Parts: sequence; C-alpha cells; structure tokens
Amino acid sequence: MSYIKSSFRHPQATVNELGLSKKDYEGSLSTLCAGCGHDSISSAIIESYFDMNIAPHKVVKTSGIGCSSKSPTYYLGKAHGFNTVHGRMPSVTTGANMANRDLHYIGVSGDGDTASIGMGQFAHVVRRNLNMVYIVMNNGCYGLTKGQDSATADVGSAGKKGVPNQFSSIDLCQLALQLGAGYVARSFSGDKNQLIPIIKGAIEHQGFAFIDVISPCVTFNNTPSSTKGYEYVRDHLEATGTVDFVPVRQELKIVHPEGISQEVELHDGSKLVLQKNKHDYDLSSKRSAMDVIESVRENNKILTGMIYLNTDSQDTHKRINSVDVPLNSLSQSDLCPGSQVLDDLNESFR
Amino acid sequence: MSHKIKAVNDFVILFANINGSGSASANNLFTKAVFRLGIPVAAKNIFPSNIQGLPTWFEVRVSEKGYLGRREGYDFVVATNGQTFEKDYNDLMTGGYFFYDASRLLPAHLKRDDITEIGIPLTKICNENYSNPRLRQIFKNIIYVGALAYLFDMEFSVFEESIKSQFAKKAKLIEPNINALKLGYDYAKDNYANTCELNIQRRDLVADKIMIEGNDATGLGAVFAGATVTGWYPITPSTSVIEAFEKYCHKYRVDEESGQNKFAIVQAEDELAAIGIVIGAAWNGARAFTATSGPGVSLMSEFLGLAYFAEVPAFLIDIQRSGPSTGMPTRTQQSDMIAAAYASHGDTKHVLLIPSNPKECFDMTIQGIDLAEQLQTPVIMMSDLDLGMNLHMSDAIKWDDNYQWDRGKVFDFEDLESKKERWGRYLDVDDDGIPYRTIPATHPTKGAFFTRGSSHDEYAVYTEDGKVYEKGMYRLLKKWDTAKSMVPKAEIMNNNHSIGIVYYGTSSYAAQEAIDLLYKQNILVDTLCIKAFPFGQEVEDFISAHQTLFVIEQNRDAQMKTLLVNELHINPNKLNEILNIDGMPITASFIVGRMKKVVK
Repeated sequence: MSYIKSSFRHPQATVNELGLSKKDYEGSLSTLCAGCGHDSISSAIIESYFDMNIAPHKVVKTSGIGCSSKSPTYYLGKAHGFNTVHGRMPSVTTGANMANRDLHYIGVSGDGDTASIGMGQFAHVVRRNLNMVYIVMNNGCYGLTKGQDSATADVGSAGKKGVPNQFSSIDLCQLALQLGAGYVARSFSGDKNQLIPIIKGAIEHQGFAFIDVISPCVTFNNTPSSTKGYEYVRDHLEATGTVDFVPVRQELKIVHPEGISQEVELHDGSKLVLQKNKHDYDLSSKRSAMDVIESVRENNKILTGMIYLNTDSQDTHKRINSVDVPLNSLSQSDLCPGSQVLDDLNESFR
Repeated sequence: MSHKIKAVNDFVILFANINGSGSASANNLFTKAVFRLGIPVAAKNIFPSNIQGLPTWFEVRVSEKGYLGRREGYDFVVATNGQTFEKDYNDLMTGGYFFYDASRLLPAHLKRDDITEIGIPLTKICNENYSNPRLRQIFKNIIYVGALAYLFDMEFSVFEESIKSQFAKKAKLIEPNINALKLGYDYAKDNYANTCELNIQRRDLVADKIMIEGNDATGLGAVFAGATVTGWYPITPSTSVIEAFEKYCHKYRVDEESGQNKFAIVQAEDELAAIGIVIGAAWNGARAFTATSGPGVSLMSEFLGLAYFAEVPAFLIDIQRSGPSTGMPTRTQQSDMIAAAYASHGDTKHVLLIPSNPKECFDMTIQGIDLAEQLQTPVIMMSDLDLGMNLHMSDAIKWDDNYQWDRGKVFDFEDLESKKERWGRYLDVDDDGIPYRTIPATHPTKGAFFTRGSSHDEYAVYTEDGKVYEKGMYRLLKKWDTAKSMVPKAEIMNNNHSIGIVYYGTSSYAAQEAIDLLYKQNILVDTLCIKAFPFGQEVEDFISAHQTLFVIEQNRDAQMKTLLVNELHINPNKLNEILNIDGMPITASFIVGRMKKVVK
C-alpha cells in the first residue's frame, strides 16, 4: 500500500471559479501499490475536473472490478460512485446516464475489465455513443490476482513470472475507432502534461470519449522483459503531438508553426489544439488514425496523444430522441396517463 | 356414425395451422366473437420456435361455466395443416367434428366412423375468388371462420362488427374480409346444414371483463408505474412485454411540443447488460425495469446479487418457459421459482410477485416497482408463457388517480441539509432493516457514497471486518422480515376442511376448476393461492391448519414446495406434489386424477 493520497496541498490553496480548492476534488487514501500508475491517473482526473470548474457532485464515477476499478474512491469524494461487477461498468453507466443526462459520467476500467470479461459491454457502449469519459488504466496484466497476462499484453512481453505472452494483443484504441467512438486518445500515466488536456477534452466531448492510459503495474509487470513497464514505455513513446486544452474565454496564446497544428472546437466553444509531431495527419479522419497507429507500431513504438476526434457525433439520448430534461426529474403527473386513458383502453380490449 | 357430441357453450375447438400463414388473427377473430357473445372463453396458442412453416395449434375453450384453464380433448378440429393432418384426425374425441380443406380428398386410410367429417374446399374457394397468392392465403383463414360461424350458429353481425373495429384505420380492408366470412358461411350453410350440434349462443356472462395478453397488461403497467428506463434483450416469451411498453409509451409518453420521448428504451447486447442498465438507472433515481425468461435470469444472477447486497432497486419480469437450458422455448412452465428466489451466489433472497391473470400482471407491475424502491432490492414478477402470450379473459384494468407511487426512503436536499448527525447509507434508522438512500447530485457536499458489491459498513465504506459484515447481512434479513408484511397476501378460502390445496400463477385456472370437480365427488377442499415470496404469516397458518396438503405446480422438482419447506420448516411429507411438466398448461382433470391417488 502506497499511503499516498492523490492530493495537491498548496499552502495558499488556489480556488477555481466555483470557489472550490483541489482538496474538494480529492478522494480517500489510495490502497494501491506505491508507484502504481493508477494513482497518477487519479491525480490527473482530480486536476482536470478542478480546472474545468465542474462541481464534484455533478459527476458520477463508475468502475468495474480490479485494481483500476478501486480508484474512483481516490478522487472526487463528493461525487456518487458505483463500483459495479467485473466487466459490467458500461451497462450500469448507460442506465445511470439514461436516468439523468445532465451529469458528467466518468468510468474507469482496467485492461482485464475491458478487453476480456467486459469486451461485449465495452463494444456496445461505444456503439451507443454514450456521453461519458471511459478511461482504461492499461497495465497489460491482472494485478489484483497477482499478475496474469491480460488481453492487451503484447506478444512476447513477459511480466514478473517471466513467461512471454503467446496470444495476440488487443489495441483498444483501434477497437474503439472501429466501433464508432468520436474521441479516441492514448496516454501514459507518467505524462501528466499530455494526459490532463486529453481528459479535459474528453469531459467536454459530447458522446463517447475513450482514453487508453498505459499505466504500469509496478509489482507484476514492470520488468525489463515487459512492454508495459515504465522504462520500456518511456523509451518507446511516440506522441502524435502535444495537446492543449483551451477553455472558452481564454485566448489562444500558443503560437504554432503553420501547417502542423490542428484546432478542434468542442461543443461549448473550448478548443483542443494538437501541435503535431512528424505525422501530419487529419485528426478527424478515422482512416488516418488507424494508419498512424499501425505505422507507429511497425516501428516498435507506442503511439500516444490525440488520435481521433469527431465533434458532430450524436450521443445516445439524441439517437433515442429522449426529452432534454433528466428522466429522473419527471413526476407522476408527467408520466402516468391516468384513469381516463384506461377506460378507453379497456373498451378496446372488449 | 354412432353419435355426435352435443353441447351449448361448452366445448373445445382445435385449430391446426401452419406457422406464419396468418392464422393467428383469424383465430383471434373467432375467440373475440365468442367473448363478444357474452361467453367466457380461453385461448391457448401452441406455437413452435419458428417463424414460418412449422405446425402451430390454437385451442379455444368455450365455457359457459367460466372455466378458463386448459381442457384435454378436442370436440372440434379445424385441420388446415397437411403436416399434422393425420395426428389431428386421430386426436379428435369420439363424437367430434373434423373440419378440413376439401379441395383435396381425405387420404383413404383416414377412416373413423365415430366422428363427423366436414369438408369445405377452402383452397378452391380462394382460388376462384382471389388472384393474389397472399390474399388467397389470408382469406383462407377468414373463410373457415365464416364457416364456423354458421356451423356453431353464431350471430354473424358480431363478426362484422369485429372486422369493422379491427380495420377501423384501414377501411378498404373491411369489405373484402366480410365477403370472405360470407363465402365460408354460405358454403357451410349450403352443404352442412343441421350437421354440427355444437352451438354458441349469446349469454351475458362476461360483465365488464376484457380480453388481453398478460404481457400487454404488464407493459401497460410499467407505463402507469412511471418506468422511464428499460434495458432489454429479445427472448421469447418476454419480448412482447417490452413491445407493449414501447407501444404505450409512444401513445402516452411523447412530449407534445417537442415530440421527444419521456422514456429511454435501450436494446442491450445481452441480459447482463439489460439488468445492468436497470440497476444503473434505478440507482440514479429513475424507475426502471426489464423483462426476460429463464435463460436471461441465469445471466442476470450476478447483477441480482449486486443489487441485493448494494441495495439498489430493480424490477425484473420473468416470463417463464420450459427449461432447463434452451428447453422448450415456446412452451409454458413454472420452473424458475427457485432460480429466481435465490438468484446469485452467496446468501441472497429475492422478493417474488406471482400474478395469475392479466389484471394482476398490471397491478403487480405497479406494486413491484413500488416495492423495489421501498425495499431497495430486486423484485421479480414471475409470470409465464401461458399468461404472458395468450389472450385471457380478465377483470378490467383499473387505475385510481388518487394513488401516489411510493418511492421509498430517499433523502432529498432539505433532508440532507437539515441533518446534524452523520448520514449513513446503510444505517438501520427505523429498525425495519431498510436504510435511507440518496440520489446522485442531490447535495453539493452531503449524501455522496460509493456503491459497491464488496463488503461495506453502515457508512458505505469498504470493510473486511467480519463483525461489521455480519451485522449488515443480518440487517438484510431483518429487511426480508419487513418485506413479509409488504408483499401481496395469499388468497385463501378456508372452511376448515382437512384437505388444503396450494397453487400459484397460471395453475390457478385449473385448480379452481378442479375444486368444482372434486366437490361433485364429495371431496371438499380449502385453497391457498400464493401471490408472493417471502411467505406471509397467512401461508404458514394455512399449512399448519390442514392435515393433507397438495401443492400444484408446473415444474418437475416441486419448486414451490421446496421454497415452503425451506422457508417455513415444514415436514416435506406433509406436502403432496402435483406436477405437470409437459409444457402445456395444467388441466383440472390432471389435478383431480393425481389427488385421487391420495384422497379416496
């Protein structure tokens, strides 16, 4: 146990536009291993919601089962949370979102929880384009059951047990792209500068936002022979570019060399700015996204950063044409047809 | 020809059809006509797991005495299916009537001199009158209904009215349908006058009753109960519950100004997701439900355990069919009782509601959604294929506009704001085992908690302290005791006879008829119709007050008996089993036959 709280205790705590300090966005003490990548992701989540001025109680946090899925207790302690069953976070989040479309939904899951037992639910929540942020804390192994390979482990990668994985690895970003996700990104738990703007963009995106975060398991999969260990990942990262999240009302101060930056305006007017590295591809092209993932992989590198963004996707509520107000706010007089209707119906049954 | 069965308003007709040939609407037209003549009628659709081509049967029992259960034996067979022709011919009772398409001759080897054959050249009449092949097929069915109207001496105007109301929105179909009826009627009149001695005569025995399928009433109930979210997965025989919900939502739940829906129906990827959606929605303050059948209940078990332990409301409807595994998916049974009662690993028990007729389907859907929220636990309504998918004569559905839904113990902003002591999600404040819950986003700083299926203390904090866990588990048992006084009471008829019979759900129809048959043989019985699990005190009292007891069920392993023995610590030898498992609705004569092996 790390006894490290994902916190930011500044002596002169700054407050956001809601008058809340970062402390108001924290959760309880982490019980994960010291150095676990997941704790860094929790910190990034705290910072993102703080910066975005979203009241913690307007957030619903969900998870499945596993190390990753314990983490919602470590952030946003004032938000309701639901630690569901293994691989089933997407369905519970779907139901919750159907009940109240006005809240922010963030689900965290692991590679076992998403790519194995929860593969079906993952595929279908993407298809539905549920308005949520879905973060996979991806360490290539089952941490809580002591280090078995997961379905995202690369072929040949070996963790603490030393036995190389023999089975094909699932790339969750490619899968999300194929299934129709409108926001796809990959990051690294050790790269907060990249992760935070990506989370902010995901929060602002209207529809399904998927972030695959490589998050090394220090205990079972941080060996020199593992492709999900800190050292290997740091050595093999290749970012699509640097990402900036520019809130509404804030002027764009960064000056990008022409031709290699791309700005995407999100639904509330905020912007996501990608300053591209060598791959000058179109962020809104699914085909280019697939291609760049593949070509980077061919060079034995791990592609991170913003991969795909389509801002005019329609979320589940739009697709099923549900009312603008939360369904859980409708009263009996809104919903119950009353006895007169039944009298007529009974007549039709005679 | 030795004799003909003579009967007025008391006989059974079997329609032997080909699935997908449009016979269902013709058979329903006939059934509704009997009902509209004021005579109690019961219909059983015995259909295959198939869309088109396989044999399908439709039984109609006309019963002036009001018996709505299935009765064995056919007085009259309408044989339109070559595949089953021989079987249908042989199954007819002595003295019965065999109605067939005489466009072709009866096979020579089919020779019975104890029945009356009525040959009507349905195909030939169709070919002469219609050129379109689809119309030929559809009107063939209407023609035999027309012929039956003559043979049973039914008022033709009733059929005309039915056709007019059925096609009120497609007026151009009225005339051709009535003409088809007339073709059959006239042919029978010209060729089979004074042949059939089964008559259907107008009575005034149905009062203000209605004819409705249980699943239709259930879907309607969910609308009145205020369900706004359903996740569901298609499975026979429960699909029509969701279809009904959707139909009535589109009728009554669309915002007039915006055209937007005041409901969310999500077709899920499987039953696991379906119940997950329900649990997520109910946790977040919406009324939610889903419907499934046995295989779905198996898949939902893990989630039911979560909802039980984390105390999240969930309303599930199980339209039972014949198991195990895929079993006979289009045949009825009451064989999910134990699976539903104790669904999921660990110590779990779930509240069950057991309707016997469509009105109860409606009422119990509303009550079930209330109970799920009051008790903060899954509530499962145990319907079955017979009740769900067949047209049943039922009391009219009623709604009291003064009735207010009971949302249970939910703290709102003011409750949380005014609370001085620490709020505990799982604190038993009222000593009834039911804690207070909060809905996400109710208050900026109070009332949030992390819902989990792992062990938790009274403040919803994770714990591995065995004592704390144990306290929580026993509180859940206290809640179970509270539930006993909240669920619907069993229906009891007790005149202090020594014999008691126990039944539930759709076994009620046959059981009630059996009581009359036994009475004629001077065997007097008291009755207990179970409506819910856990059992109330009245169930325990009835069982201890009777010497000889029979438990009537439609499963192999005496599942209700097992629940009674297990929960009430009854000596198993005290409960005689009457078990029908062939997938057909149980009959009164079956019950009487089994009982008489014990009671002389």
